[in-house]
Amino acid sequence: MKHLIIFLILVFLSLNLSARTIHKERSIYRNIVITEKNQRRCMRFESRQRSISSQACIDLDNKDRLVFEYTRSIMAGLAIKPLPERILIIGLGGGSLPNAFSKILPETEIVSVEIDPAVAKLAKKYFYYVENDKIKTSIKDGRVYIKRAIKQKQTFDWIILDAFNGDYIPEHLLTKEFLAETKQLLTPDGLLSANTFSGSKLYDYESVTYQSVFNNLKFLRSPTKGNRIIFACNCDRFPVEIVLDEAMQNKLLPFGIDLSSLINRLSSKVDWDTSVSPLTDQFSPANLLNH
Amino acid sequence: MNKTIVLLLAFCAGFSIMCFELLGGRLLAPYFGSSVYVWGSIITVFMLALSIGYLVGGKLSLFKPSLMKYAFIFIVSAISIIPTIFFSEAIMDAVFEIVEDPRYGSLLASTLLFLLPTAIMGMIAPYSVRILTVSKNSSGHTAGFLYFVSTLGSAIGTIITSFYLVLWLEIDQILWLTVSIMLIAGLIALVVNFKKSQPSSAS
Repeated sequence: MKHLIIFLILVFLSLNLSARTIHKERSIYRNIVITEKNQRRCMRFESRQRSISSQACIDLDNKDRLVFEYTRSIMAGLAIKPLPERILIIGLGGGSLPNAFSKILPETEIVSVEIDPAVAKLAKKYFYYVENDKIKTSIKDGRVYIKRAIKQKQTFDWIILDAFNGDYIPEHLLTKEFLAETKQLLTPDGLLSANTFSGSKLYDYESVTYQSVFNNLKFLRSPTKGNRIIFACNCDRFPVEIVLDEAMQNKLLPFGIDLSSLINRLSSKVDWDTSVSPLTDQFSPANLLNH
Repeated sequence: MNKTIVLLLAFCAGFSIMCFELLGGRLLAPYFGSSVYVWGSIITVFMLALSIGYLVGGKLSLFKPSLMKYAFIFIVSAISIIPTIFFSEAIMDAVFEIVEDPRYGSLLASTLLFLLPTAIMGMIAPYSVRILTVSKNSSGHTAGFLYFVSTLGSAIGTIITSFYLVLWLEIDQILWLTVSIMLIAGLIALVVNFKKSQPSSAS
């Protein structure tokens, strides 16, 4: 027994050595830790599981570079919707998306919705997220924000759903009714991008749900990791050919984004089981399906 | 015989209460999100409703307790769940319109949707104790065993709903299931009451 305890303590210590914790924050939802390793600073949700995934990371040597592949993939939306006037981001994280947008599109108004006030606080303190009259943050549940925004007759040209990183999936943000509400908030030809799951049965259900609300979809599948970005538009059809804008391509290089390769990887192939039923407010066992 | 049936019915009530509570979270999420305060509102309202139910149920048991009245509580509670199925969206729409803050919005919506049916279901536990109690000496034992059975029902209602029912059925279907359970429980109590009052079975 004694040996076991010593062994466990050693294991625990060695785990802690791998990344230095520079800050711990208690939030109403969970404990959040900021870690640093090899000039990479990350925000993580504290968990007893060893495979904790980072919520947000920044490269301290090159702060503009988008560290996560999926955030870079979302930027393919700039090829589809080059000049959005208003962008809505559900899920702030470290604020790397609004930060990048504010540099790429200085005239654009960017509203980020984050449920956890502690996350927003840490984004400002450790991830260089800055608010101003163009960059705004709202501390709310994403669905509550969207329902309220519809009532206020707001519209957005691009809505990005990025609330699906944690270990618990917010099931009310995956349903047909929710997607119909986001569609209502989009301008004509407005774009929706969502970071979604692809490693479980949920893949089929999620795909069918998006398909049932939006006419046609485009995807960017991660070659290495288990996620997929869905692009959907509030339009009849996506443009048949997406043309590469050289100026935009160059503008995105400092962020580590190769727009032309992203455009080439965009696909609209249906590779899911189309016979499953869409997720609805009445039926959304997303967490059970994700096992 | 009589005792077993009352315990079984109390089990059903415990099952339905927690099934209903878990679905409460699902019902509110589209309007108020799934933040901690939404669950806080739901649990507050359920606890408040149960405390009122215990009080009223206990008082009611003072006046000529009978299986007939016991059955009646079950049937009324089943009926009181039905408006939730038909009007929850309209009610939450109205609350969302009036109350900006999702904390008080979810608290008001929970109150409107869950307080009455849960309070009625809460009346069952003390009333069951009254029906089962035969002597002063054994009353503590009776109450303890009844809590054991009805809370076990709640535990099983929680796990069955969250692990399986939401995967197999839609929310409204699960609500109809709880309505049916409470209704059938009430009818069973009525049948037992009717049989008891027959001279043939009494002999």
